[in-house]
Amino acid sequence: MAQGGLPMAVELPENVVVSKLDELASWCRKNSLWPMPFATACCGIELMATGASRHDLSRFGAEVFRFSPRQCDLMIVAGRVVMKMLPVLQRIWQQMHEPKWCISMGACASTGGVFDTYCVVQGIDRFMPVDMYVPGCPPRPEQLIQAIIDLQDKIQREGTVEGREFESVARQQPKRALLELPVIHVPVIGK
Amino acid sequence: MSLTAAEVRTDDQEQDYLWTLNFGPQHPATHTTLRIILKLDGERVVDAGPEIGYLHSGFEKLGEHLDFNQYVTVTDRMNYISPMANNVAWHHAVETLLGIELTPRCNYIRTVIAELARISDHLLSVGAMGLDTGAFTFFLYAFYQRELIYNIFETLCGARFTNSYTRVGGVMHDITPLTVEKIRTFVSEFPKTLNDMERLLNRNRIFVERTKDVGVLHRDDAINLSCSGPIARASGVTRDLRKDEPYLAYDDFDFQVCCAQAGDCFARYYVRMAEMWESLKIVEQAVENIPAGPVNVGVDERATLPSKDQVYQTIEGTITHFELVMANRGFQVPCEEAYSATEAPNGELGFYLVSDGSNVAYRARCRPPSFLHFALFPQLIRGHTLSDVVAVLGSLNIIAAELDR
Amino acid sequence: MALTDTITALQSDFGDLVLSEFRGQHRVTVCRAQMYDLLQALKVQHAFDMLVDVTCVDYLHYRGATDRFGLVYLLASTSTNARLTVRVLLNEPELTVPSVTPLWEGGNWLEREVWDMFGIRFDGHPDLRRILLPDEFTAHPLRKDYPLQGRGERHNFPVLARGDA
Repeated sequence: MAQGGLPMAVELPENVVVSKLDELASWCRKNSLWPMPFATACCGIELMATGASRHDLSRFGAEVFRFSPRQCDLMIVAGRVVMKMLPVLQRIWQQMHEPKWCISMGACASTGGVFDTYCVVQGIDRFMPVDMYVPGCPPRPEQLIQAIIDLQDKIQREGTVEGREFESVARQQPKRALLELPVIHVPVIGK
Repeated sequence: MSLTAAEVRTDDQEQDYLWTLNFGPQHPATHTTLRIILKLDGERVVDAGPEIGYLHSGFEKLGEHLDFNQYVTVTDRMNYISPMANNVAWHHAVETLLGIELTPRCNYIRTVIAELARISDHLLSVGAMGLDTGAFTFFLYAFYQRELIYNIFETLCGARFTNSYTRVGGVMHDITPLTVEKIRTFVSEFPKTLNDMERLLNRNRIFVERTKDVGVLHRDDAINLSCSGPIARASGVTRDLRKDEPYLAYDDFDFQVCCAQAGDCFARYYVRMAEMWESLKIVEQAVENIPAGPVNVGVDERATLPSKDQVYQTIEGTITHFELVMANRGFQVPCEEAYSATEAPNGELGFYLVSDGSNVAYRARCRPPSFLHFALFPQLIRGHTLSDVVAVLGSLNIIAAELDR
Repeated sequence: MALTDTITALQSDFGDLVLSEFRGQHRVTVCRAQMYDLLQALKVQHAFDMLVDVTCVDYLHYRGATDRFGLVYLLASTSTNARLTVRVLLNEPELTVPSVTPLWEGGNWLEREVWDMFGIRFDGHPDLRRILLPDEFTAHPLRKDYPLQGRGERHNFPVLARGDA
């Protein structure tokens, strides 16, 4: 008999699982995330170290680092994105198929990091949607693995088969933290 | 086989058969953000035009706003696969400008970390070259050894990489016996893995055929194009700043400069593998003989932040701490310009510092070896096939952050 | 030939050179008209076969500076391990110097970077265009009158929302 359900005319055999389709689809998707490594700088090396033999990312299903956006569903932006590179990033994001998620790895991708200069974009979430932020400069591989686990939890919690969760109002609104703060000019010492 | 100049048609009317392929800036084999626009005749590369700037972050402008001790955190992020070497190079330049002479203990410690950084850099460079040409196991072996070096750095200063370990006049913390133990373990166990790695690729038919006679750089071209480091040495230029202009404690050690004459990709790979053996020798000699004594220069020189017990218990320590930390004092810097270079794993990494007396550099120019090496690329690749692009790029070890700064 | 002999020979061949020395590093300051001949003499007669770096310093905020830009050439000799710095002082509006690409091929990209960052033109350069910044960038960022955070170029991009294809 099915667990706690209505009495059914047909008895279900042992190897049949009854579940909501959304949960099933999310379970499948979260355990087979294919990362698209958009590695630009130092965080890229920690990303490679996460995929290497010591902190093995393939234990979590994310082994297949395909560099083609058409075959991936998780974009990991690892490293600073400068203004010359941002159109490239946006183009690759657009080439990925739905459902797709984005992890912004490191301080530079999340907020510009150490580099508050004329050419570094102060956070990629100004220009494209981001699902998970990993702080650190660079984040340890364990932090990145934790981010992927948290993203897996998020996918399981909110995922739907046809991707309805991406159209929710909460996801469409720009984040409050992206208000442009006034630039404070620090006087150079000694002049 | 490469085409001769006469065979490569350059007539404008015949250009329609050439096919333009954009390689990068997002591509697994371009080590992060490099872009090459290739003109192909079928599989043959007729011309290549590198485009860079996809990681330009304004390092040199930042140098004009950050202190000499704060900027070392930014230098970490230049050649990010051997950050310790960049820290050592930056503070070598600052100490040349300020005229500070380091203690012997500090010289030895900096030598040890610079050579460990060199091993780490070469491991990733040959590992990535192997990965790009198809040898995935080789890459994993190299990466595991790098994790051991990360362990050593983490025990030394708390960070795996992007350490920012050096300071003006010294280092952040002194080296501890636990770190020395870890370095000794590494030195005793690394040769076995390096032997395994050599046995995998040195006489591997596929690897040798992909890299021999590919991307040949002649000696005169290497000097004319300002090459340095393993790339120049693989073409026969016997220039190594550790021997020609000795700095830190390199004079005390017995090691050889590795050179080759062929100038092709295989020679560059081979020189890097040989340099790892030499670096291991230096680390072995250095770590057994670290001199005792203070690691930072004395408080009277007003250059290094003194340790806390000096600050709280001696008047000179308190004065030095105040003078260095207060906003209108800081370092005493002459109004002059100086250039100093070190032998970084990639080549000659130098800093040209201009100072106007304040504790912030007026101009901090970094002379990046990868920048000049990437300019070589069109010359090396003309006439070869598309699959050789990856081998040549891997052998040049271009680090995009150092290239673009 | 030792470095001191080289400098003495240069002084006799070229007039009005300003010599200086700091921490063992020798520097020669030459005027713009004689710059190319001096560099050529250094390469051909005095065996300075390696161009280590070409860079520029903007002396706009420097106390006691007389000229705006100082273009610096760092040279080295692989045979004698000697190093020499050659400096050329420039002022607006004549910010054009002959290119050293005919002498050292390595100067190609280095001069492109100086053009990109400072706006100094090089006559005779095969391909003088921006190298590190996008082609449509208008300012020269390493000049002292350009702010660190830029003038808004870094955020001048369209925003992609979630549903955009």
